[in-house]
Amino acid sequence: MTNRVFPHPILSLFLWILWLMLNNSTAAGDIIFSLILAIVIPIFTSPYWEEKIVLHKPLLFAKFFCIVMWDILVSNIVVAKLILDKNDKLHPGFVAIDLDIKHPFGISILANTISLTPGTVSCDLTVDRKQLIVHFLDLKDPESAAQEIKNRYEKPLMEVYESC
Amino acid sequence: MFEIVLSVLILIGAFFTLVGSIGLYKLPGFYMRLHGPTKATTLGVGTILIASSIYFTVKTGSLSLHEFLIALFLFITAPVSAHLMSKVALHIGTKRVDRTQDYIDKKDDKDSLD
Repeated sequence: MTNRVFPHPILSLFLWILWLMLNNSTAAGDIIFSLILAIVIPIFTSPYWEEKIVLHKPLLFAKFFCIVMWDILVSNIVVAKLILDKNDKLHPGFVAIDLDIKHPFGISILANTISLTPGTVSCDLTVDRKQLIVHFLDLKDPESAAQEIKNRYEKPLMEVYESC
Repeated sequence: MFEIVLSVLILIGAFFTLVGSIGLYKLPGFYMRLHGPTKATTLGVGTILIASSIYFTVKTGSLSLHEFLIALFLFITAPVSAHLMSKVALHIGTKRVDRTQDYIDKKDDKDSLD
């Protein structure tokens, strides 16, 4: 029964909060209307959501989110310094990172995170989804750089998405 | 006090947005230029939005949160557009800066970039 009313509980919750935030109000009318949307939209769009959206360890995900936010803050200052210094000392480079994570949503979050954090932009994902090609603004040691991304971002994401 | 906090936030935001634009102009090569706008602007726009959120929360007396939605959408779209641009650049073989180090495995590279 709950599955028919809420085929995607997380999507429903997200839509509900999204609508309230968009309207910037918590008036009774808005709450009821957003509830209707949150129930109706997932039901009508459920054929397009083949995989269930799941969040296994919300606390771990929250911790990951905080780490990423902190890294974005630090990376902005680091990158700002790199940009304002002389640019001919920079050593840009491409590194292919071997992915252990298989969940497509996990991969896309990982790629997004890489683009948002210190001096890295994710450039390409190989067709077999096994390697992510990353461009570094200032690359010193390719091995340790790849390892750091794997330890810092991929590990928590794997725990969140692969534990099913 | 209130105004000082807000102005500091807005100034930080303006500074980082400016640095992002300077990076876009100053860095050599397509791939390096991508770094400026994807990152320096996230914090720049972020602090300006936080300032806006605080201002309207205090001024209207009710919590103003839709600024965080702007930040959320920005954080989703900025990396995706950077990813698409660099993906296309890799596929059509855009010229790199000469000192670019390349650690992409050439064998796999062939398959993946076809």
